[in-house]
Amino acid sequence: MANTSTTTTRKLGKAIDLKYQPGFSQIAWFCIAVLYAPIAVLVFFSFNENRSVTVWTQFSLDWYVKAWNNEGIQHAALISLEVALVAMIVSTIMATMAALVTTRTEAYRGLNSAIAVINQPLMVPEIVTAVATLIFFAIIKQVTGVSGIGYLIAAHTAFCIPFAYMPIRARLEDMNLSLEQAAADLYAPPFKVFRRVTLPLMMPGILAGAMLAFIVSLDDVIITLFVAGPGETTLPLYILGQIRRGVTPEINAVSTVFVGISVILVTFIFLFGKNKK
Amino acid sequence: MSQQPATAAIDIRETSKIYGKDRASGVVALDDVSLVIEDNEFFTLLGPSGCGKTTLLRLIAGFEQPTHGEIVLFGEHLEGLPPYKRPVNTVFQHYALFPHMTVAENISFGLEMLDKPATEISSVVKEVLGLVQMDHLADRKTDQLSGGQQQRVALARALAPKPKVLLLDEPLSALDFKLRKEMQVELKRLQNETGITFIFVTHDQEEALTMSDRVAVMRDGLILQVGNPSEIYDRPARRFVADFIGDINILKGSIVSRDGSLATVQLEAGHQGEAGLPMNAGSLGQEVSVAIRPEQLSFVADAAKANLSGTIEHISYFGSGFDYAILMPSGEKVMLQIQNRGGENLAYQLGDQVHIAISDNSMQILTD
Repeated sequence: MANTSTTTTRKLGKAIDLKYQPGFSQIAWFCIAVLYAPIAVLVFFSFNENRSVTVWTQFSLDWYVKAWNNEGIQHAALISLEVALVAMIVSTIMATMAALVTTRTEAYRGLNSAIAVINQPLMVPEIVTAVATLIFFAIIKQVTGVSGIGYLIAAHTAFCIPFAYMPIRARLEDMNLSLEQAAADLYAPPFKVFRRVTLPLMMPGILAGAMLAFIVSLDDVIITLFVAGPGETTLPLYILGQIRRGVTPEINAVSTVFVGISVILVTFIFLFGKNKK
Repeated sequence: MSQQPATAAIDIRETSKIYGKDRASGVVALDDVSLVIEDNEFFTLLGPSGCGKTTLLRLIAGFEQPTHGEIVLFGEHLEGLPPYKRPVNTVFQHYALFPHMTVAENISFGLEMLDKPATEISSVVKEVLGLVQMDHLADRKTDQLSGGQQQRVALARALAPKPKVLLLDEPLSALDFKLRKEMQVELKRLQNETGITFIFVTHDQEEALTMSDRVAVMRDGLILQVGNPSEIYDRPARRFVADFIGDINILKGSIVSRDGSLATVQLEAGHQGEAGLPMNAGSLGQEVSVAIRPEQLSFVADAAKANLSGTIEHISYFGSGFDYAILMPSGEKVMLQIQNRGGENLAYQLGDQVHIAISDNSMQILTD
């Protein structure tokens, strides 16, 4: 008897469970393959011994050593890191403030417009932003005579803000306002409510926002291409330049390291977020 | 036995809360309410959703500011004081425990904000944890607790700073039936032990009657009646109060004579008898509604002793007793409730012609 009843429940489960719909696993595997096969091929040939990125001969780490010793790559990587770090920090701070003011205030006139204005850069074609930024910065340079990497960092910060804003705002909207009211009820003045309750609880959102901003800045091409001055070649720009002269596994090696850094970053943030809970 | 007049814990004076521009275009959540809550009272605000009970609580806590009027707490005017400067604490409907802190950290939060010394904090935390019987779970994270345990932590957290008044915003509504019963007893005990004034908001009439010293019944931003549970249940002044709290029969009648708070009424269904009369209500000969609780009616065999008679139209059984719906010649129906005493009940069957007696002092005239 017991046996029959378990079979029935399982059958019922199967009918509802998406995993048991016909073709589900085939489609899933196809999607995963489309997503990851190119990256797998790229990583695979980074360990190739010869110059070809299509014909395998033998395993070697030569291209990693070459890439590591390549001054062009070193310089580009440092520029990328510098720009991405500063852009991440500044844009995350600004996005956090924007998220607070769009979720932790009484509804005010223009609130929806404010949210739209913050998110709008995501909708504008990047090439338009790039050209606009280029012209705008050219005017400023002409007037002030100041040049340098600051322009590139400012441009990155600006387009990172909506990316950082999204997860932070989502987190704040999920957080019940009654927690902050409870803190105020328990004699915490506004600043202490923020420091002891709001900030720790919104931290996973801030981390996710910062991570997103960092990655978006790290792999930006179009705006960087327009705004970057001489000596401000970022890693994506360097790779783009090299590819014009033909692809070597050196590019594969750099790209593989790039993927590795992203994976490590995501894992770290994921574990950190879990521990916090 | 004290000769001294009791101190008012909270004195709410002609207080209104209007959302929107003005009375005409806005929403009147609280309409010119005056109310005095005594020290060491278990006071309940009872009413359906939207009646203004939670708004009143939030005005006392300081989450909202009144549009008109003032609130005085133990002689101190609260006007303009933010929540963190008011010596009141709230138990929130969904507890609002800090998820990133342990049970003990949650409870010590208020004390830390008041800059109490560490030794005092740890002893108070221990004390209130004992009070709500949660000592063994001090180091748990709050999301590892059951609903009933979270409830206890929320109570402990609000009691720890020893507030002058504790505000409870429907704290039992998320618990299942048995746990709710348990917590009702628990809350009453805590109020007795701590001597803190409790203001309890609920829409559950049974909860209100079980725990409270006094109850205020609210509707549409107004307080309709304030009294102890027995006054509210046995002597409802308004039709809404009578209807909202428990089952009740409302019969038509007219006033034959009156004497202070009592009147003699002639029921349309036949009987003449004494009924309680709310203040300033009812003139001679006036048509009135008369309320009688179903359990104040009983079957009698002797027609001479009966006040009403009719035919049994419906019987419903609810375990501990029976409800009989009886249709009277006047066209009105009354509900009669009796305890389940085995065979005795079998004497009355569907369609039987029955005689009914009304207990003394059980009729009450209602105003609308």
